[in-house]
Amino acid sequence: MGIKLLLDKANVPGIRGYEVYRREGGYRSVEKALKEMNPESIVEEVKKSGLRGRGGAGFPTGMKWSFIAKPEGVPRHLVCNADESEPGTFKDRYLMEFLPHLLLEGLIVSSFALGANDTYIYIRGEYAWITDILEEAINEAKANGWLGKNILGTGFECNIYVHRGAGAYICGEETALIESLEGKRGNPRIKPPFPAIQGVWQRPTVVNNVETLAAIVPIINMGGEEYAKIGVGRSTGTKLISACGNINKPGVYEIDMTISVEEFIYSDEYCGGIKGGKQLKACIPGGSSVPILPANLLLKTATGETRYMNYESLSDGGFATGSMLGSGGFIVLDEDQCIVKNTLTLARFYRHESCGQCSPCREGTGWMEKILHKIEHGHGTIADIDLLWDIQRKIEGNTICPLGDAAAWPVAAAIRHFRDEFEWHINNPVLSQTSNFGLQHYADPIHVPA
Amino acid sequence: MTYTFNETQMTELNRLVAHYPEGKQKSALLPALHLAQDSFDGWLPTELMDYVASLLHIEPIEVYEVASFYSMFNLKPVGKFIFEVCQTGPCMISGSDDIIAYIQQQLAIKPGETTQDGVFTLKLVECLGACGYAPMMQVGKIFREHLTKEKVDSIIAEYRATVTK
Repeated sequence: MGIKLLLDKANVPGIRGYEVYRREGGYRSVEKALKEMNPESIVEEVKKSGLRGRGGAGFPTGMKWSFIAKPEGVPRHLVCNADESEPGTFKDRYLMEFLPHLLLEGLIVSSFALGANDTYIYIRGEYAWITDILEEAINEAKANGWLGKNILGTGFECNIYVHRGAGAYICGEETALIESLEGKRGNPRIKPPFPAIQGVWQRPTVVNNVETLAAIVPIINMGGEEYAKIGVGRSTGTKLISACGNINKPGVYEIDMTISVEEFIYSDEYCGGIKGGKQLKACIPGGSSVPILPANLLLKTATGETRYMNYESLSDGGFATGSMLGSGGFIVLDEDQCIVKNTLTLARFYRHESCGQCSPCREGTGWMEKILHKIEHGHGTIADIDLLWDIQRKIEGNTICPLGDAAAWPVAAAIRHFRDEFEWHINNPVLSQTSNFGLQHYADPIHVPA
Repeated sequence: MTYTFNETQMTELNRLVAHYPEGKQKSALLPALHLAQDSFDGWLPTELMDYVASLLHIEPIEVYEVASFYSMFNLKPVGKFIFEVCQTGPCMISGSDDIIAYIQQQLAIKPGETTQDGVFTLKLVECLGACGYAPMMQVGKIFREHLTKEKVDSIIAEYRATVTK
């Protein structure tokens, strides 16, 4: 069993409620932070821990915190990004649903470190029942003196509010989230100014992912240096991976980032292998926007090294032969899956979720969906593949926010690694409507199931 | 038609508005629209949006532009129960196409349509964050996961029973 820092108590009966959570050692980090530490020393511990943002971008959290402006007399805010919407990602949902107090505990400590008194959890609108769970937990925490005025007699005031979104992937982007929190359309803002200077209501704001903020609890409890000893290189601590697709055991797993991709997919402790004894064809290892990899490049890097479940190893080889850890949304495709169709559903997703502000993204995502639709339905031409490549290239890097890149990458990677499957669709318009390209040479070379 | 919140709904609105700093009551717009949609017929007619605007002291256009941006707000009448079936990648590779086809067949409606008795609306949606429990759909506040044809049958029967009672 690997090390668990976040989900170690997830199976304790009643852990969702305050009594059990506290009995199991909950809220110790708040006591330690408020009584024995000060905001600066907490930020120092987080820097030492090497914690990187768990929402997908992987930016060092301690550094992000140190950017917050502290103008005299202007309130600062912490906003928890619970707008989890990246296809394949459902880890924050799990954490909030089963361990709501862990998130609150992390939020209180983080709010103290940032000098924020009013903290918001921006949760995606569809997680309606989790909103109720969080509000219940907030009431319990308040009743037990962990929220409100003068917490633990230290004079520190902290209030946490849940703000429900209403169905918009783009609000996971921090400036769109801030716009949405202000009651507007989720159109990302042009940076600078960065939220740390002018965020919600023009006040200094830090936006962090749910898992990132929950990880503050073990960091404070064990100390940043101890936390940094777990993992490897710049991938410190543990990471939640939500695994889905054609595997035996879909679900949320906490890993310590030293295990190999092969172990993660095939061991019974994690995904338990490919469903139905089929063969692995491809995998999107970090949420739908990261590059898809064929089995042969997934388990080993292009230079033949074992690939591990961490930031550095998954991105080994760059986009040419690697991918990203991203949000930890691990999507596994077996031999029966069609890459063209999978790419089409993702292109449709990004077209649907584009806010429409920047023309490369607004127009480009629509074009990509239409062309993929055409190829999938047997009306494509070889020139369409080049057109797709051209469009994605013109979106990437040319938009205000990263949604443009997120829409371009899956299409680019699908063509890069599976061009012959696209060609097969085009050259076999009738056959491709009833049968599948299958594995061909994509088969995982080291794993032939018995 | 004019709309007015009852006392309970008004208390809830005030609780939501109190989450934000003074003068920033527009921030409560999304929560307020959820409340309005859930309190009446499951959708947002113009008059209802105007009412929300008046409660938050903002211009009606500020409400319209927001309501039309977010996919959870319905701008057309809907059935009593909305089957919001996910069709994105992870659900698709887990068989959502078959589930969508089966629901269409059982309810005799196409995506975006409502059954003649006004009970069910079928809506195709993008990733709801239940990829490990696919295929799935959202009905009201809850997720119905690991869908099979048999499960769809029993879910339809379950909601139908609440109406005929």
